[in-house]
Amino acid sequence: MEQTSANDPVIEFRNVAYALPSGQRLLSELNLQVRRGETLVLLGRSGSGKTTTLKLVNRLLTPTGGEVRLNGAPTAQGDVIRLRRSIGYVIQDVGLFPHFTVERNIGLVPQIEGWTSKRIHQRVEELLRMVGLEEQMASRYPHQLSGGQRQRVGVARALAADPAIVLMDEPFGALDALTRDQLQREFLSLQQRLNKTVVFVTHDLREALRLASRIALMEGGRLVTILSPEDFLRSSDPLAAAYVRAFRDGLDSTTNRGPS
Amino acid sequence: MNLFHFFLQNYEEVLDSTLQHLWLVGVSTLLAVLIGIPLGILSAHRPVWNKPVLGTANIIQTIPSLALFGFLLPVPWLGDRADRLAILALTLYALLPVIRNTYTGIRGVDPAVVEAGRGMGLTDRQLLFQVELPLALSVILSGIRVAVVVSVGLATIAAFIGAGGLGQLIFRGVAMVNNQLILAGAIPAAVLALSADFGLGWLEKRLRPR
Repeated sequence: MEQTSANDPVIEFRNVAYALPSGQRLLSELNLQVRRGETLVLLGRSGSGKTTTLKLVNRLLTPTGGEVRLNGAPTAQGDVIRLRRSIGYVIQDVGLFPHFTVERNIGLVPQIEGWTSKRIHQRVEELLRMVGLEEQMASRYPHQLSGGQRQRVGVARALAADPAIVLMDEPFGALDALTRDQLQREFLSLQQRLNKTVVFVTHDLREALRLASRIALMEGGRLVTILSPEDFLRSSDPLAAAYVRAFRDGLDSTTNRGPS
Repeated sequence: MNLFHFFLQNYEEVLDSTLQHLWLVGVSTLLAVLIGIPLGILSAHRPVWNKPVLGTANIIQTIPSLALFGFLLPVPWLGDRADRLAILALTLYALLPVIRNTYTGIRGVDPAVVEAGRGMGLTDRQLLFQVELPLALSVILSGIRVAVVVSVGLATIAAFIGAGGLGQLIFRGVAMVNNQLILAGAIPAAVLALSADFGLGWLEKRLRPR
């Protein structure tokens, strides 16, 4: 085992490229480090390569060039199933198992890992409280939940086996503005307590500014720049500036409707 | 003598034929399920297999049943006993609906659910048995239901090669121009088909994911 210190990156992309079998390049020359306990937000439009980047971490995709390292070790070596179980994964469509209750959804990986049913039950209760759901939700089926509740269960499921890393792919993208706001707030307080290393994909600058330790701006399969939220707002980078302008226009939209 | 009396007097023969019929349909459906579900899973997971597997099952389906029974008659081990031959032919016909519905059912599982499962670290086997098959079950079952209903009808033709079953009564009835004999074969066959349809349909509804 390599010696790791607190300053070593938890996730590291070294010159990573990803191309489809057809030859289309989705990602080129990606160099990126994610630090322990930070929330790195990948910001970009659809097709910018942010979801591809995320899936390279838990090997849902395999790089066609370069390597991805986790705690210093290349992910290409080692057991892919172990790797994925050590990483939480939350997606926009949630993907709850419709034929399982909330409890079984959350407890599936612990169950496969051979936890006792008593321990699973306690863990599920703890997680439900953590994501702000009542205990009697445990026996419900996904179709009996609202969109916000479903995503809370999705987050609880990702945290079930207490992974050090959590990948989130536009988890709040399909929610209404108020529910999204609430879940973002809860994400922040949860993150303060749990200190996970989080990689978070979004196309929403507001969400990025609110949640990120650092924002990685992506465009056309390349990393444009990485900035703290404060620096992002002041950045002279044309693309970052365009994002900020669009964001401010949105805020001023009642007074700024253009020539009428 | 009306039909009712006919049944009363010949109930032993009707019962025997019905049991034979059930045997032919039951064994062939079981074989079709055992072969068809794995083939359906294979074609759903490996797109290269999709066309050859479904194509072959489709072609088999287009062979007229009488011709298939005839073709198989000279095959050594099979031709020895008519029921073996009938079971093979019925199995071949039942394959298509089972394979096709297994394929459709598995392909119909929400991609987000599969992605989440894979991302959580489920192995292919766990994903198949815990997620894909349970969610595809009602669609697969409706394929089996079609296979059974078709088999009950087709199995009557198996009497043509001497495999027994309710077709025996029908063939004899036709030869003797005896409507009661024809009905003595046809009515139980229809009842079998309807009850299989109803029973499996009920099960299918119970198992449908919400």
